[in-house]
Amino acid sequence: MPEIRNMTMNFGPQHPAAHGVLRLILEMDGEVIQRVDPHIGLLHRGTEKLAESKPFNQSIGYMDRLDYVSMMCNEHAYVMAIEKLLGITAPLRAQYIRVMYAEITRILNHLMWLGAHGLDIGAMTIFLYCFREREDLMDCYEAVSGTRMHATYFRPGGVYRDLPETMATYKPSKWHSEDEVKRLNSNREGSLLDFIESFTERFPGCIDEYETLLTDNRIWKQRTVGIGVVSKDRALQLGFTGPMLRGSGVEWDLRKKQPYEVYHEMDFDIPVGTHGDCYDRYLVRVEEMRQSNRIIKQCVDWLKKNPGPVILDDHKLNPPTREEMKDDMESLIHHFKLFTEGYCVPEGEVYVPVEHPKGEFGIYLISDGANKPYRVKIRAPGFAHLASMHEMVKGHMLADVVAVIGTQDIVFGEIDR
Amino acid sequence: MTDTTSLTKKLTEYFNDTISGYHVDREQITLVASPPNLLKICQALRDEEDFLFSQLMDLCGVDYSAYGQVDWATRKTTATGYSRGRNQSQTEMDADKRFAVVYHLLSIKHNHRLRVRCYLSDENPLIPSVTEIWSSANWYEREAFDMFGILFEGHPDLRRLLTDYGFIGHPFRKDFPLEGKVEVRYDPEQKRVVYQPVTITNRVLVPRVIRDDNRYIEDEELPDA
Repeated sequence: MPEIRNMTMNFGPQHPAAHGVLRLILEMDGEVIQRVDPHIGLLHRGTEKLAESKPFNQSIGYMDRLDYVSMMCNEHAYVMAIEKLLGITAPLRAQYIRVMYAEITRILNHLMWLGAHGLDIGAMTIFLYCFREREDLMDCYEAVSGTRMHATYFRPGGVYRDLPETMATYKPSKWHSEDEVKRLNSNREGSLLDFIESFTERFPGCIDEYETLLTDNRIWKQRTVGIGVVSKDRALQLGFTGPMLRGSGVEWDLRKKQPYEVYHEMDFDIPVGTHGDCYDRYLVRVEEMRQSNRIIKQCVDWLKKNPGPVILDDHKLNPPTREEMKDDMESLIHHFKLFTEGYCVPEGEVYVPVEHPKGEFGIYLISDGANKPYRVKIRAPGFAHLASMHEMVKGHMLADVVAVIGTQDIVFGEIDR
Repeated sequence: MTDTTSLTKKLTEYFNDTISGYHVDREQITLVASPPNLLKICQALRDEEDFLFSQLMDLCGVDYSAYGQVDWATRKTTATGYSRGRNQSQTEMDADKRFAVVYHLLSIKHNHRLRVRCYLSDENPLIPSVTEIWSSANWYEREAFDMFGILFEGHPDLRRLLTDYGFIGHPFRKDFPLEGKVEVRYDPEQKRVVYQPVTITNRVLVPRVIRDDNRYIEDEELPDA
């Protein structure tokens, strides 16, 4: 009898279904996976080391670039860690704004995930649908920070600026006629909050559209039901968090269990799966979008009624306004000191987790009292998820590897850091 | 989250003299363990009814060799404003405590968090692996090995994780330069990518300075002007 050996195959690092730069060494017996060895680090930029060489505020921008599809949630953990070391809390309005944007980010992330996951396992249309709504949320990012992705909007002590009273509008061009532009601008007449409100009214209908395409779709179910099953105990052992943990039936959400900011004021539910397969995790994430939509609506209502400061009035931490700076010597000095040296953070260490769209995103910050952090450790949810790759795909077919990569919601910015 | 005092009490009662110490800072508990006791402590933390820390959330290395060191030192000026930078020689490195491995645990059942820290010496950074207790430790330990050169005894597959194939050194150690040691470029003669020593130098734009911000100091602690 001839000797039969397993075949070793290379997957990636450049592969459209690898969600970035993932390289997998697959050991296969025919079509069946025997062993998987993920090689990561191709996007390793040493964010943690870079952060040690810069004043605290200058690393907020790096946080956006970790998980680059849920930017503000990364900032949120970092900013809260600094606040905890400094012993300050942001004004209430700033907390509501942060929660609203954290939830907008959650929808952004889940839309990106749904589109890409669908595309990976053969659903084309869903990608276009998801990006249609993502566009509006990107506009919300742009309205407050000027950028569509890397916002750097959250700051220790609040947020950079208050919500704007106007939205940017479309202008007629040779591609868009007057009538068309009028239709596009119809929900952009009022303030940013009006725009977000109109979005929250429309969005549940959009989710229904996605569900019509997928939830009962025979092909979708064939590709996801019973794939990558993780039991409750294993999910805990493997350090799963977020939708991956909830998909396996553990009711755990930091927004409910260890509420931060104003989440204790919010009315929302935690969806939980039962089987722990890809399909359950899909259902959990879709339901999370509906819940996020509810939270956003509650924040909009509160924010409309309660104007107020959005950042602490402490010029040892936040720069004074341009007007103050122009005719007040003290303000000028504060401005100069902040932008040359930054602020010193009292000695100590904290670990601050947030419920990131992908799971628990934590910042472990050690300060020795200097104007730069001594050590920043970023606890990325995707890192623990990807580490379980071998366990999740062993015994599955090659095509299921792609489904599992999709369901883990892999983004290399945060895994490689 | 449940309060820290009851957990602290349970921890001190249960572990008594197996732990080397503990402290509570900003409502977060840190246990200090020594490497020989680590596995026993971790096993108890996972399985004992009072703790049930079922998840290892994070594991990371820390290099304490530059702790408290500054680029720029002067003295303080006024009692209300910023003080001047602190003197450099405030903290000397303790060679037995150069490295630390920090574990962050989460108990889903009791809704507690706990930090466990283990100090390691400079010349022998060796610690038992906790992969048998929490599977998620596998990659975290590989990362700590890669970045700090901390060795985990009993780890099933202690390879580098994040750095390049054939990388030399441990980049997150404080004595590893920020700009690295080698860079790559395309060599048109050899028609391939080659490694060469770095050609850039690091410019420090903002010096590292420690100011004992007087707002955070109790009145009696204020040093004389």
